[in-house]
Amino acid sequence: MSEDVELSHVNMDFGKFRAVNNVNVTIKAGEFFSFLGPSGCGKTTILRLISGFMDPTGGAVKIGGKDMIGIGPNMRPTALIFQNLALFPLMPVWENIAFGLEVRGVDKATRRAKAEELLKLVDLHDSADKKVSQLSGGQKQRVAIARALAVEPKVMLLDEPLSALDLKLRQHMRAELRAIQKRTGVTFIYITHDQGEALAMSDRVGVMSQGVLQQVGTPMEIYNNPANGFVASFVGENNVFEGTVKSLSNGVATFATSSGNFTSKVGPGVVKGTQAKIYVRPEHSFLQAKASTKTNSIPVDVAEMAFEGNFVNIFVKDAKGATHMVQAQNDPNASPPVRGSKQHMVFDTEDAVVLVDAATASH
Amino acid sequence: MSSKAFGNFVIRAYLVIFLLFMLLPLVVMGGAALNDSRMPSVYPWVGFTGQWFSDLWNDQVMWGAIRNTLIVAVCVVGISVPIGTAGAILLNSVKPNVRSFIYGFMVAPILTPGAVIGISTLLFWNNFHVSAGLHLSVLGQVSFIAAYVMLLVLARLQSFDPGLEEAALDLGANHGQVMRRILIPHLYPAIGAGALIAFFQSVENYNITLFTRGNSQTLTVYVGSKIRSGITPTINALALIFIVLTVIAAITYEILRRREQARQALIKIEDE
Amino acid sequence: MGELFRRYGYGLSITMVGLTAFWLLMLVVIPNLVLFEFSFKPYLPVVDLGGPKDVYSLKNYETFLNSPIHITIFWKTVLYSSLVTLTCLVLSYPLAYFLSKVCRPANAPTIFLLLLIPLWVSEILRSFAWFIILAFQGPLNALLLGLHVIHDPIRWLSGFNGVIIGLIYSYVLFMLFPIYNAISSLDTNQVEAAQDLGSSMWRTHWRVVIPHSKPGIASGCVMVFMLCAGSVIVPSTLASTNSRWFTEIIQQWMFEGLDWNTGAAYAFLLLVLCILFVSIVMRVLNVRLVDIAK
Repeated sequence: MSEDVELSHVNMDFGKFRAVNNVNVTIKAGEFFSFLGPSGCGKTTILRLISGFMDPTGGAVKIGGKDMIGIGPNMRPTALIFQNLALFPLMPVWENIAFGLEVRGVDKATRRAKAEELLKLVDLHDSADKKVSQLSGGQKQRVAIARALAVEPKVMLLDEPLSALDLKLRQHMRAELRAIQKRTGVTFIYITHDQGEALAMSDRVGVMSQGVLQQVGTPMEIYNNPANGFVASFVGENNVFEGTVKSLSNGVATFATSSGNFTSKVGPGVVKGTQAKIYVRPEHSFLQAKASTKTNSIPVDVAEMAFEGNFVNIFVKDAKGATHMVQAQNDPNASPPVRGSKQHMVFDTEDAVVLVDAATASH
Repeated sequence: MSSKAFGNFVIRAYLVIFLLFMLLPLVVMGGAALNDSRMPSVYPWVGFTGQWFSDLWNDQVMWGAIRNTLIVAVCVVGISVPIGTAGAILLNSVKPNVRSFIYGFMVAPILTPGAVIGISTLLFWNNFHVSAGLHLSVLGQVSFIAAYVMLLVLARLQSFDPGLEEAALDLGANHGQVMRRILIPHLYPAIGAGALIAFFQSVENYNITLFTRGNSQTLTVYVGSKIRSGITPTINALALIFIVLTVIAAITYEILRRREQARQALIKIEDE
Repeated sequence: MGELFRRYGYGLSITMVGLTAFWLLMLVVIPNLVLFEFSFKPYLPVVDLGGPKDVYSLKNYETFLNSPIHITIFWKTVLYSSLVTLTCLVLSYPLAYFLSKVCRPANAPTIFLLLLIPLWVSEILRSFAWFIILAFQGPLNALLLGLHVIHDPIRWLSGFNGVIIGLIYSYVLFMLFPIYNAISSLDTNQVEAAQDLGSSMWRTHWRVVIPHSKPGIASGCVMVFMLCAGSVIVPSTLASTNSRWFTEIIQQWMFEGLDWNTGAAYAFLLLVLCILFVSIVMRVLNVRLVDIAK
């Protein structure tokens, strides 16, 4: 029904440029797995390696335990949903969906029946005979999914399929995709640069930068325990202080910065004396009138405020002129701090973490 | 009258004169077909006759020439369309430097005088003891007509999304199925236009045919020889038939085009 | 080549390469090489082929150089072909600009359709039409006499008049269409921006429209010159004994002299002439071959 996808020590070189660098990950059968990263990080290359449009220059790609090297895209148990969907403009909707069956020599009546069935699955009941050009963006999306599902793939590969949609529809399709995945149980491998999409839909996320897989984990792990500075800053916002690790004891680091000393958790690979950065989420940063002695504290001036509805972003400046953000829940009964007022930004040791920048090669 | 309005008037007057310059000769030539004069002319007008059409109808040599012309044209279409299409697809998937190199050779025949193509074809096949004849006319014509097909198909390929080929492969199609179901259907308009142009280019070809035909007649060569020796208004009768057919085709096309335009406009209104 | 195989597989790729190779090698490149080789060989009876007399020489080209008549005809062909090309350019440019930028876009297709009618009626009949019109006792002289523009009928078909008119009529559309296409691709805003900045009509054309339409102009010039210099039909219909065309000399060698070798040499000269013209146009207008043949 669905199968594991195993990438072991996968390298992909284009001339001197290494697009994918020693990637190791096993995506479990039936899992919704996202590769998340900025454009050019190698995630699309990974997708093309799995679908068979390219073979890696090093390492192995296995699907269901079978080595896939040398097997063309038309012989692999994968189905790819293209970024621009790549629906066939000259075929009606149902022929698009049934194309995979047509090339396998399935007779017309069966093809038609299967197409109708899949159209129901994706909630497009009366569109079988429509032209592709008559469909809306969201409908095209569903046809693309139905077309991919028609060949009963073990693994479904999705290349930023929602990027062309407007915001509302995109959020709706997130839930839809997730529901279809659960209904069919097919392994979904999803490529995106949108952290919101990756966190909302996936069972696990792999964050990539410069061809290197930086961290693999559940969305919560990725957000709450980023492995390095790249992951922390790519997934969510942070207040960042640069400095040196002065001492380490019981998993707590004392960290010297030009704005003062802070205590924090210790990220992977951080040792005493490391030049590193400390990361604090805005929602874990608070403003208070007096300096705190129990926790990390730094004097700031309130510079700017942005009201977002359910919460307020307060921008503050420290003595060095660096801007930080404090995110507070909207409380109609409390008055927000006054612009220009002197405050102290405080954050707990458990909410701050010292991280090295980013892995340049996986181990 | 402002200078701009005057300029506008001049250019419109010029357009009318230009159209008359292009079309009046055809009227004169066609009109001469109906004049009861031994020499083809509209002046002086002797009287109306259908004589030249019945002469034409009874001209057995001409019927043979028409048959040959059609055979050659069908062969040219049959060979130049696959060659031109293959050439365009090939050109579209090679490296840029190779591409411009091959492209140069492909378009060269369009820029080569027909007489040169005709003579070089004749000499080349003569080396293999293939003597002159309509088969050589076909090969000679294909050499430049395939280039027209190639250019049309190449232009159409610009609007093709190669992602569709990948999508089809990914869905399990083999290369033949990708070609037959995805690429070729996209190219149909260009292939159709190419076939049409190939057909008419072949029918109208004179230069290449003249040097390669051997003793066979095609329509243009036959008309050419008639003009050189013993002109009779039967040529005008033939010309009038050509003109009428062209005009009918043009009018039909124009009606269809306007109807399609109106339909598109209607769809637009409905959408809004 | 790698991409071709990847996209279409080995079987189809090899078929396509095979078809293209047949075209380019068997129909284009090698025949021209054979023409070149043939032009250096003497014209011999069959028995002497491969014998001691069958050696390469410049004899066929010397025939041309030793014949003042042929040289004159060659230069006149070049001269009048250039003249016709230039005339076609002057006639076509304003019309191309008008059709692409001034007249209502809905009307342009209808006008083109009217222009296409003479193009679809074959080249040979187009020349024949002018043969009738330009006849000594033909309609044109009758019209001009009737309007008292002239007092005596003109012998249009003597000298190069008839050929020039026939060539212009036959090939002017090969100039109009490429220039029209080139100007159509010019953003009308550019023309308006130039006028808005105070540029005169002449300057707008000289600095904006003409530079943009250079590929079309180049394409039109190359096509018209090649068609004129290589025209067989128009001269044979509309020329007289005192206005012979270079292609007629080639025909003489091929059909009357049956001397294919000298014919090949003359044809090769014609080819060189066209190649030279293409190179000059490309150099002068600074365009690439890809821009010319589209």
